[in-house]
Amino acid sequence: MIDFSPQPVQLLSLDGERMPHGDFDKWVEDLDGPALLALYRDMVVVRRIDTEATALQRQGELGLWPPLLGQEAAQIGSARALRSDDFIFPSYRENAVAYCRGVNLTDIVKVWRGNAQSGWDPYTVNMATPAIIIGAQTLHATGWALGAQRDEVDSVAFTYFGDGATSQGDVNEAMVFAASFQAPVVFFCQNNQWAISEPVGVQAHRNIADRAPGFGIPSLRVDGNDVIAVMAATRMALDRARTGDGPTFIEAVTYRMGPHTTADDPTRYRDPAELAEWKTRDPLLRLHRLLTYLGEITPEVEADTQARADAAAAELRVGCIGLPDPEPLSVFDHVYATPNATLERQRTDYADYLTSFGNGKE
Amino acid sequence: MTMTTLMTPSTMATLPGLTAPAPTPLTETKTLTLGKAINEGLRQAMLDDPKVVLLGEDIGALGGVFRVTSDLLAQFGARRVIDTPLAESGIIGTAVGLAYRGYRPVCEIQFDGFIFPGFDQIVSQVAKFHYRTQGAVRMPITVRVPFGGGIGAAEHHSESPEAYFSHTSGLRVIAVSNAQDAYSLIRQAIASDDPVLYFEPKRRYHVKGEVVPELGAPMEQAVIVTPGTDVTLLTYGALVSTAKDAALAAFDEGVSIEVIDLRSLSPVDYAVVEASVRKTGRLVVTHEAARSGGLGGEIIATVTERCFSFLESAPVRVTGFDVPYPPAKLESHHLPDLDRILDGVDRVMGRR
Repeated sequence: MIDFSPQPVQLLSLDGERMPHGDFDKWVEDLDGPALLALYRDMVVVRRIDTEATALQRQGELGLWPPLLGQEAAQIGSARALRSDDFIFPSYRENAVAYCRGVNLTDIVKVWRGNAQSGWDPYTVNMATPAIIIGAQTLHATGWALGAQRDEVDSVAFTYFGDGATSQGDVNEAMVFAASFQAPVVFFCQNNQWAISEPVGVQAHRNIADRAPGFGIPSLRVDGNDVIAVMAATRMALDRARTGDGPTFIEAVTYRMGPHTTADDPTRYRDPAELAEWKTRDPLLRLHRLLTYLGEITPEVEADTQARADAAAAELRVGCIGLPDPEPLSVFDHVYATPNATLERQRTDYADYLTSFGNGKE
Repeated sequence: MTMTTLMTPSTMATLPGLTAPAPTPLTETKTLTLGKAINEGLRQAMLDDPKVVLLGEDIGALGGVFRVTSDLLAQFGARRVIDTPLAESGIIGTAVGLAYRGYRPVCEIQFDGFIFPGFDQIVSQVAKFHYRTQGAVRMPITVRVPFGGGIGAAEHHSESPEAYFSHTSGLRVIAVSNAQDAYSLIRQAIASDDPVLYFEPKRRYHVKGEVVPELGAPMEQAVIVTPGTDVTLLTYGALVSTAKDAALAAFDEGVSIEVIDLRSLSPVDYAVVEASVRKTGRLVVTHEAARSGGLGGEIIATVTERCFSFLESAPVRVTGFDVPYPPAKLESHHLPDLDRILDGVDRVMGRR
């Protein structure tokens, strides 16, 4: 009988105890108290941003929001392991990753308010904008990695996707291509147990990480709610890619504590006991316990962390509500990089139509 | 941790490559087949810009199933001529990533009917990236597609899927008809900062023509290949040759046909089309692709909107039928030919 349930790599117990690990400790030796506190602060801030964005949606300021609640460690632990010259190809839930890359908070919600189809210039932060077609971005990451390989640089393509995406042809093709060319790409699957209403068992009859070796890609499962383990696994995978050892597949086992998006209602398909069970594995709680043990948590630190989080939330709210509506004729902008007579004619006709009402805007 | 033995590093390091003598690029007028003209255009594009890379199935040692990429692996090596796994979405999707990194990928889709596994990446990603990112990310990707029927092939090898792409905002669509355009327009397509679907008339691959090593007129320009005064006959790709034959045949019967080779299917060069229809008052559009929802309907609607008062008769379409591409023994009943085009001309002339 094949053992198809290896325990995920864990370096931080639910009680907040740092657990030694022969293979992975070496990747996180530098994580002292202040470094861990910085990761904790990141997680508190992105959870606060997430809460605020959900509130903005409920108040009608955003059309939709995909919460990351519960996935903070998976996103912060991986994103903080990356170099600025690495390039990230995310799905649409990696808002903590965007935060780590320095994306302006208002730019993160621009797309969910409906002001633009994406919020930032990917080249300023080396992070692609959210991919909504499930799994499509994994091929883009592989292609980017082929480019990096040809440029003979040690930058790595890093792609995020979910458990549902692993059923897509594109993700499987990306693994075929990455293995064939030994491309410097890391496949980072956040297995949050649910693809909207479908449990992971619908996507995979075995652990998702088990698929990758069939493509010739080494893989591992990591506790996605353990920020230290996630960082260790990510650094290991990045190092393999940088040194010419090709792609790695990481399955970060985590849990989507909230709905798929604000339009979803998990109470229709999910057992409340499951959520309660996962709450005991909350990624923030666990790190808080370790930090308390290490003496890093003081009332001042708590207050300061909360203040930073609240400031981020306030910045997000003000920026979101203050976003100007796009100009009507900008609907025609940037369809093509070069002039297009057909589209120019439509723009001119529509401009004339608008002008016929008097002010050209209504 | 589930580690496997790693596979041998890619063929990149092991394929024969840079040691072969480099063929010289085209520097003077030569008679070439249409397929060879594309080959020369690709070679020149690769010489012009080190960021041009080719991706596709069997494009390396074999030179592609139609030999259009012959000898390019030997000249440019496996870093730039990439034999890919057999997955069209993978080819297009990795090209997107290469474009993201500043490359100019040229993807070969082996046959028209094989493009659909890559359709999602073309429509959802390649076509939309520039718009999505408000101009920040460009997709200078060329997708080469041998298209059309008439070669007695099996299913999925004779299709004309161009309307799907001309219906997709963000793409440019080109169809070439002769060796000169094949050479010039592949170079223009690769140099374009927009994604280009470049359709190659596969049954004309072996037809020879003179090729001047120049870029020629901009690819979005339609070209009048036979001047005439009575009927405007609009087409592209393999049917341009048939249309020219139709003009000759009709001339003998006293009808002067102006044949226009559209070249660009998106955008359509309506300036040239409208000027011709204003002169002739009659329009026939012919293409191999199915009629309903096809380019002929769109072009005729636009011309009717803009030139209504100049029309002497209702425009006519001569197209493939609304059937899946039929078996080889039936394709002559599906493809527009000289007689069906002349029949269309008769109808627009009121002779039937």
